[in-house]
This record gives sequence, structure tokens and C-alpha cells, in this order.
Amino acid sequence: MSTRIDESLVRHIATLSRLNLTDAEVAQFTSELSAIVGYVDQLSQVNTDDVSPTAHVLPVHNVLRADEVRPSPGPEAVLGNAPQRQDTFFRVPKVLDQDSA
Amino acid sequence: MTLAATARAIRQRKQSAEAAVQASLDAIARWNGTFGAFLRVEADRAATRARAVDAAIARGDDVGPLAGVPVAVKDNLCTTFGTTACASRILADFHSPYSAHAVDRLEAAGAVVVGKTNMDEFAMGSSTETSALATTRNPWDAERVPGGSSGGSAAAVALGLVDGALGSDTGGSIRQPASFCGVVGLKPTYGRVSRYGLVAFASSLDQIGPFARTAEDAALLLGVIAGHDPRDSTSVDRPVPDYVGGLDRPLKGLRIGIAAEYFGEGLDDEVRKGVEGALAVLQEHGAEVQEVHLPHTRYAIACYYLVATAEASSNLARYDGVHYGYRAPGIDDVIEMYSASRRDGFGPEVKRRIMLGTYALSSGYYDAFYLKALKVRTLLRRDFEQAFQTVDVIASPVTPTTAFRLGEKTGDPLAMYLADVYTTSVNLAGIPAISVPCGFDSAGTPIGLQLMGPAFGEEVLLATAHQYQRVTDHHLRRPPVEANG
Repeated sequence: MSTRIDESLVRHIATLSRLNLTDAEVAQFTSELSAIVGYVDQLSQVNTDDVSPTAHVLPVHNVLRADEVRPSPGPEAVLGNAPQRQDTFFRVPKVLDQDSA
Repeated sequence: MTLAATARAIRQRKQSAEAAVQASLDAIARWNGTFGAFLRVEADRAATRARAVDAAIARGDDVGPLAGVPVAVKDNLCTTFGTTACASRILADFHSPYSAHAVDRLEAAGAVVVGKTNMDEFAMGSSTETSALATTRNPWDAERVPGGSSGGSAAAVALGLVDGALGSDTGGSIRQPASFCGVVGLKPTYGRVSRYGLVAFASSLDQIGPFARTAEDAALLLGVIAGHDPRDSTSVDRPVPDYVGGLDRPLKGLRIGIAAEYFGEGLDDEVRKGVEGALAVLQEHGAEVQEVHLPHTRYAIACYYLVATAEASSNLARYDGVHYGYRAPGIDDVIEMYSASRRDGFGPEVKRRIMLGTYALSSGYYDAFYLKALKVRTLLRRDFEQAFQTVDVIASPVTPTTAFRLGEKTGDPLAMYLADVYTTSVNLAGIPAISVPCGFDSAGTPIGLQLMGPAFGEEVLLATAHQYQRVTDHHLRRPPVEANG
């Protein structure tokens, strides 16, 4: 499968990635990702009919533990790295606008 | 001195822990300005801990196998002291509320962590040049890269600033810098060492492992950090062998495989000769060399850069400026705040990989790229499973060339990726591999031999490396730092 990586696709991926790119970065990533995707595209030559995917090398699925109360670091340890806090909350810009609130 | 010798001298009270740690701190003060191996040094804490070890020894307490030995850890291993920044602006001021399992195990064994080492940002790179915080130089030639992403740990050991260090290896990030800096580096089997407290890059590939100058020291360190930890659900509950005790396994009868796919086009002639020379030594001492085939090797880099970036794009979604890390100031819209924080906080290589991974996972491309890569990963695993039916270890170069120059590949990301040709398959297959110094090129830069083993085959890798070091002296050469510095 060959896909052309153009600037509009790069802007779309940047939006999905939550990366606010400059025009210069968009131009740079368009050319770099084109080269990289052109290279990784060689996987299409490999016959993988009847081959199951390996997401993980270990034969481990769900690992459960007993549902027991154990000590945790506590709010001060966790909030200590907060860029902005208010009391014991992480402070963020408003998520909902006036109309949807 | 080796780490094992220092540990013995301290236990036998021939040297104090305080003196050993002070010697390390002095060496760091002397050389770190030139070579940039450490991002941060914890001098006061280290000296205090060393004095506590000396006091414990004086009382006759059981102090552990690494008591008083100075060690370094990569900046993506969480520590409750100092910062854990992953050499990134986005985590520059991050203070971890907990410490990594491997760090806890080191300190429980008595080791003294003297500082955090430089790395490629979030371990994404092969030269330590993507670090947002510092430049690390190769101890053998300050104009060359130390390799990466664990370049600071490799350089610290090569310079003798510490005798042991921890790194992480997602696609070669322990073995390649070990090779470039002329030290031993071991990437354990996936699941052998708990990843708890290792900042995630690609969770199905990441593994923590040791750097040292000798295989014996690497065995000692692995024995300390390996083992089951319920806090990492992929940590395997399986007994940890006595790695040091297993080093005596002789080379006689050892079956070493070599694969033509690891000696093809692009391999530098001097590296080839260095590796062939090492194979001749191993044969001379009783090992048998035979050919094996790893036919899907040519697809490893493409497979790796899809799987690793897909996982990275998901793992790094957590850096949104909400709970910790950098937040772009003065933005009212929450999505804008995420996007601006990530734009300003991440460097170009991290952005590039998030973009590639997001693309490979996105609607319309998932089957062709991500799912296809997972299927090729199965084929790469099968190649190794078949090869290990007939051999005990597989030998190859670690890298196609010796250390390249600073700046040489930074303008061409694909060229940087292609240099990982011999290391990425091991991570995709989940198997262990070790890098051992096996000579020098005509410029005096080190060449590494890679030994790959079956899952949980660390013992045979360490024993083979140890037996090789018993009859060779490449690991005893020291970088000409006086000339460089």
C-alpha cells in the first residue's frame, strides 16, 4: 500500500496527536514522514497469510491481584507535580463552554 | 577496579564505602564537564548513604552484595531523590513520588546511586543527541557520539566514573552505546526485570539492563535487579539463577550460530573483521560455529519503527500538562492547552515518532501498517525459535559501524533508524542479548560483539562473554581521556 504523505495528512495526524505544529514543522515532517513511510511500506511485500499478530511476547493475559486495601502515596505526593492546583484538585482550563455546561 | 572487586574490598574493610563513593564523585567532577555523562549528581545523598554503609559494616550487619558500590542510573528510571526528566523539557522538573523497582533493588543490595545519566529524550534515539538537556560525548573520541539512547550510562562506565550503571533497551539502547563506548551491556529477556518505575516508551519492547566493564559485573548487577515484581504485570515469576555462579560454563561444546543476514551489505569492513576475530577466539577455545538463517531480518527495522512508535504515541498521550510536567501558560481552551504544552515540551524526534505511531494506528492505515507489523513480528520470533533449535547462542555485530560523529546523522532521521539493523529484532522477539567489546577500528574506536540467546538464556550469554574476556584484553583498555579532556 503506498500512501502519499502530504501536508494536509500531516496536519490531520498532528491534530490526532494533540501537537500544535508550526508551518515549518508541517513542511519538515511531511518530507521526513514520507521517507520513513516509504521505507516501512516494504512490509507489504511479506506474505503474512495465516500469520497471527504478536502484540506481546509473553503468554500472559489478565494478571489479577487480591482486592485488598494498600497504602498509596497520598494527595500531597501526587499533587506535588501539578502545573496548577487548587486545594486538593488539579486546576485546568474550562473543559465545557457556557452553553454546554 | 571492577564492581565485584570494589564490593569485596568494601565488605572486607580494605576500602571504605565513603572513599569509593568520593572517588566516583571526584572523577565525575573532573570529567563530566567534558563528556556530559551525568545530567545530575546526588553528591550529598550519595556521601550520606556511603557513610551509612560503612557504619553498617562496622556493626557487622548483612549489607548486601553491592554494599557501598557507586552506580549510575538512566534518567528514565524513577527516583524519589532529584528529578526524573527523561532528558525532556516536558519532565524537566518532575519529582517522582515513587522509585523504580530496579533502583530499589540496587539500593537494597547496598549500592549507592551517585546520579542520573543523560539519554535520548524519552529513550528515542541512537546517539543521545536528542536529549533536550545535555550533550554526551564518546570517551574514546569526544567528537563522536556515545551511542544511545543510554549514552550517558555507557559513557559513565567507560570513563570509570562508576563501575556499573543501569540503562533501558527498547531497540538496542543498551547494546549499541555499550558497543560504541567499549563496555559490556546486557538487554535481558522481556519480563526478566520489572519495568515498574521505568518511564514507558514502547511497553512491549522496553527492558532494563546493566552496563559494566566485565561480564562478571553485569552478572552481579543482573542478579540484583532481576526477579518477579507484582507491580509490573509483565514481570515473569520465575526463579533468578545464580548468574555469577554460572560464569564458569566452558566454551567447549558451545554451539554458536552465525546468520549471513547479520553480515551483509552496509557492514563496515573493520567491524566485520573485529567480530570474525572474536568468533575465531571462541572457536579456538572449543566453541563450534555453524550457520543459521534468520530470513526476516531485513524487515526488522520497518517492523520495529511501526510497533515502537505506535506504542509510544499511546504511552506519551499522558503528557498533556494536566497532572504533571510542563504546561503552556495562559491558554483558556483545554485542547489548545494540551497541544501547545506538547508542542513546546517535546523535541523534534519525539514529535516525529508520536506522529508516525499515530499515523500507523489511525483509521484507514491500521491494518496496512500496525497490524502488518505485528504479523511480521511473529515471523521474526519464529526465525529465532527455529535457529535456537540447533544453537545455544547467535553471534553478530552490534552495529554496522563504530561510533559516528556528532551531528553526522541528525539531519536524516531514516539514516539514524537504519543503523539499528542488528539490534531491533531481539526486542521484537523478546529475547536477551549482550554486547561485549571485541576490538578497535583503525581510528581507535571500540567494536562490539553481540551474543543473542533464547528467552531466559542470560546465563549462557554471560558465561560466553566471561569466558571470552578471560582470554582477551579489549575490555581492559581505557579511553585516552587525558588527551580528550
